Amino acid sequence: MAEIKRHDNRLGLWGWLGGGRWGVERYAYALHRLTGLGILFYFLIHIVVTSFRAGGIYLWTKGEMLDKPMFKVGEFLVFAAFAYHAFNGLRLVLVELGVAVGKPFEPVYPYKTSLGVQRPLMIAMMILAALVLVAGGAEFVGLAK
Amino acid sequence: MRETKYWTWHMAAGVVIFVLLGLHMTTMHMGGLTGLFVSHPGEESVARVNSQARDGQLLFTAGYIILLGVALYHGLYGLRTILFELTLRPTTEKSVSVVLVILGLALFGLGAWAAIAAHSAALVARG
Repeated sequence: MAEIKRHDNRLGLWGWLGGGRWGVERYAYALHRLTGLGILFYFLIHIVVTSFRAGGIYLWTKGEMLDKPMFKVGEFLVFAAFAYHAFNGLRLVLVELGVAVGKPFEPVYPYKTSLGVQRPLMIAMMILAALVLVAGGAEFVGLAK
Repeated sequence: MRETKYWTWHMAAGVVIFVLLGLHMTTMHMGGLTGLFVSHPGEESVARVNSQARDGQLLFTAGYIILLGVALYHGLYGLRTILFELTLRPTTEKSVSVVLVILGLALFGLGAWAAIAAHSAALVARG
């Protein structure tokens, strides 16, 4: 079996989070991972908390342990992370399938970046995420009950 | 080849989650706007009566279990991908995979049991 050559992580955390010259999509990638980790952390706790309902304990209902402003704020952050992660994830699936990335062409000097071709998809998805965030946010602040 | 297969499942799971979690979020956090799956309109979507009403429907119980399994796979495989990018040793990679599989199976077992138990309890309460 071929041995994998290992390198030092010389860029450290910035290598993970920084976009460099790669534009907004690179930051979208970093945020996708951060929101994914946040959602996963919440989800694992959510499974345990909601499992108590099997014994008739509903911790999120009125007057119960999780019915506090601090948890409501946390819940909204999870909702915001969901809105971003869902629509950016859909964009990633579409790009992976070759949708909205344009036709391949021969690289001739002066070279052009293909990032501009998929930028409209990025903008459209972020608008949809923002709309969902506003709709959900209205309910969190009590405008829609 | 095997990793490509896992990655494809990860993406497919993402699409399933987009639909099922989208429905879940619409029900739980936009119920006031949409009125979707709110059996007792005077109460909040997250109120006990509405939660029990949803638990009593087989479609919801099945949906919860499917979402649970698919989301656990998507989330834990995503975490595994991030951890593997830290260029771990092969033995550490193996240990990480084993721990995540055990964690995933345990939480799936707990969540699926709770969904089925809550479904049975809701049916009994309904009479």
